[in-house]
Amino acid sequence: MWTELRPVWILVRRELRDQLRDWRIIFPILILALGFPFIMNWTVREMLDFTSEYGASIVADRLVPFLFMVVGFFPISVSLVIALESFAGEKERNSIEPLLNTPLLDWQIYVGKLLASTLMPLLGSYLAMIVYLVGLVNRGISLPQPIIMTQIFLLTTIQAVMMVSGAVVISSQATSVRAANLLSSFIVLPVAFLIQWEALVMFWGNEMTLWWVLLGTFILAVLLSRVGVSHFNREKVLGREIDVLKPAWAWQVFWKQFKGEARSLSEWYVQKVFPTFRELLVPSILTLAIALVGMAIGAYMLQQYPVLVTASKLEQQNLPDIERLRQALLGNQPGMFLLIFWQNLRVLLLSMVLGIFTFGVVGALPIMGTMAAVGFLGAFLSTNQVSLLPILAMIVPHGIFEVPAAIFATAAVLKIGAALATPARDFTIGEVLLRSLADWAKIMVGIVVPLLLVAAFIEAFVTPQLVLAILGS
Amino acid sequence: MIHAEGLTKVFDDFVAVNQVSFSVAEGRVLALLGKNGAGKTTTIRMLSSLLKPTQGSARVAGYDIVREAQKVRASVGVLTEHHGLYSRMSLWEYLEFFGSLYGMTETEVRRRARPLLEEFELNGTEKKRLGEFSKGMRQKLALVRAILHNPPVLMLDEPTSAMDPESARVVRNAIAHMRGQGRTILLCTHNLVEGEELADDVAIIHRGRIILQGALEEVKEQQLGAPEFLARLAHPLNGVALQLPEGVTVTARGEDWVRFQVAHPRVNNPELLRALFHQQVEVLSFQEVPRSLEEVFLKAIRMEKEDVD
Repeated sequence: MWTELRPVWILVRRELRDQLRDWRIIFPILILALGFPFIMNWTVREMLDFTSEYGASIVADRLVPFLFMVVGFFPISVSLVIALESFAGEKERNSIEPLLNTPLLDWQIYVGKLLASTLMPLLGSYLAMIVYLVGLVNRGISLPQPIIMTQIFLLTTIQAVMMVSGAVVISSQATSVRAANLLSSFIVLPVAFLIQWEALVMFWGNEMTLWWVLLGTFILAVLLSRVGVSHFNREKVLGREIDVLKPAWAWQVFWKQFKGEARSLSEWYVQKVFPTFRELLVPSILTLAIALVGMAIGAYMLQQYPVLVTASKLEQQNLPDIERLRQALLGNQPGMFLLIFWQNLRVLLLSMVLGIFTFGVVGALPIMGTMAAVGFLGAFLSTNQVSLLPILAMIVPHGIFEVPAAIFATAAVLKIGAALATPARDFTIGEVLLRSLADWAKIMVGIVVPLLLVAAFIEAFVTPQLVLAILGS
Repeated sequence: MIHAEGLTKVFDDFVAVNQVSFSVAEGRVLALLGKNGAGKTTTIRMLSSLLKPTQGSARVAGYDIVREAQKVRASVGVLTEHHGLYSRMSLWEYLEFFGSLYGMTETEVRRRARPLLEEFELNGTEKKRLGEFSKGMRQKLALVRAILHNPPVLMLDEPTSAMDPESARVVRNAIAHMRGQGRTILLCTHNLVEGEELADDVAIIHRGRIILQGALEEVKEQQLGAPEFLARLAHPLNGVALQLPEGVTVTARGEDWVRFQVAHPRVNNPELLRALFHQQVEVLSFQEVPRSLEEVFLKAIRMEKEDVD
């Protein structure tokens, strides 16, 4: 093990030495680690004094851990600059080829670059956090709870690895530092959203949710690192380009994977759709498990917040009379059909968009959320001893088609993530992504959309009749 | 030591190297000659296991370039055409870094590097930062780095390009010295004088294909015909017709000189000189007319173009 890691350490040592000699890297880290925390200490003190005047000190209390996170995050943002430069910079300076000519294995080069880009900013980040905490004590401000500090410490570390992993992937594929910097928005934007979300969670003060965020970012960091190791090889570093947009080529790759040699619809199903569909077995089981977990969470939330039951004042609600319900349900069935179909389709499209940027992880959220709502509703009704029959009549007939459609679509999104994280020596990341998108499109067009059409038809034309019959009786 | 069979590399639609086959025996130097973009660098990159061939196979130092890539890299010293150095490192740090990647200890690196630095006239610069090195010094250091781990096979891509004549001479002497030590060298260059000086064998690559290869003298004879010799005479011939032995023809003549083409110099030259003596033609000097590799190269390229047209 040590024999294999030794070259990695040699590489890391060289890069760290190089960084220590570059004032453009050291100065920002030192300023952010030693200067910025004092400003944040001052901000907290001022906020505490100001809010306590109005009896709103909880706002400032929540600010203390939030700024702890901010103080830690700023130095690790420098890691992005170092990581983006790691391969592209060496390529530009022509120093990469001698390195690639050494007997180092591909993963050793990649991991060496990854660690070298992470270590220095991360150390700066830890230093900044310590300085911030010392400053708090010095100003007589209570420290955040140890559990919160641990969470933020872990979150900072994981975010650093996640950002650097993504940046090194970009750097290893880009032909110039400029191209790598331009592509960095693929990291900056998701991380900016993530930070905003984390800020919300911190001000909400929900410790459990923060653990979930930690788990999510950890999975993403692991997947990104795996993508990097899987797709890194010497040849791509030397030759391939991703900073040139080639729509014709992209379409060619996509279309070849989507249609293949099929000359008719039946051939397309036999040659392209069914083989891909068979590959969805494992991701479908995983999606089903995620959906069930979502239902369980929904039911659990009702137990956690029983106030929702009383707040609903179910017993005081006047159910609409049957005639009004008939008018509502049968008023515009074709319109309803289109509306239902489009609503379902766009949720699954959203799942794909979210999944592409997160290796499928966040792509599973729509089905999880929907099933959580179903679980919540089921628990809510059974708690209130409401008959389930009309509800089942409302859900089951179209659900038989809609739920499998959602499961297959989500499974196809998870498969995109898995494909990106799996070694593909003969393809670039771009090719893997295009081929995965084509596979997703096959499942959508060949399986999911027909199921959604049937589901929407049943929901718009059959379910209302069934519900009215049951309620009428 | 190097054996390539049908090596082909295709980038998207572009065929960079097409069915290239050649061998370089142990202790010999093969000059791979070609214009810019002919496929020399891609060939070196395939042979040093940096690029995977689209087709074909090769063995370097006994290892397969695809299946045993790591062993190939450990057995080969590569001087790349563009050899950026780490400008914030000193010479020692640079050599120690690369030496350690090849599994050498610090002591081994220093012991091995010292004579090399002397040979390449780089001693005294050990602690200097590489950013302060001149172009020639950088190139020499890159060559020292390539041979630091004592590889049996060397692949040198334009080793003297952009060097001053003095540094170029140092590098050429070093290459000749390394050949003398039994190393196998693949020398990529478009400097034909350099190729002629250093190579035992040549291969001319044009648009990704080898269009001519063989031992240097064989290639010259193949392209330019039998060797020619110039005889300078003590007295004018005054139009006298010469009786020549079989295998010798006159290709040009002046008042006091004659140029002969000789089919088999080892046999025909003594016969020719005897014949001239018997005909009382007094010879002041007799020497082979130098024929450059440049002529061979240009002729091969011209013929290839004509074939394509």
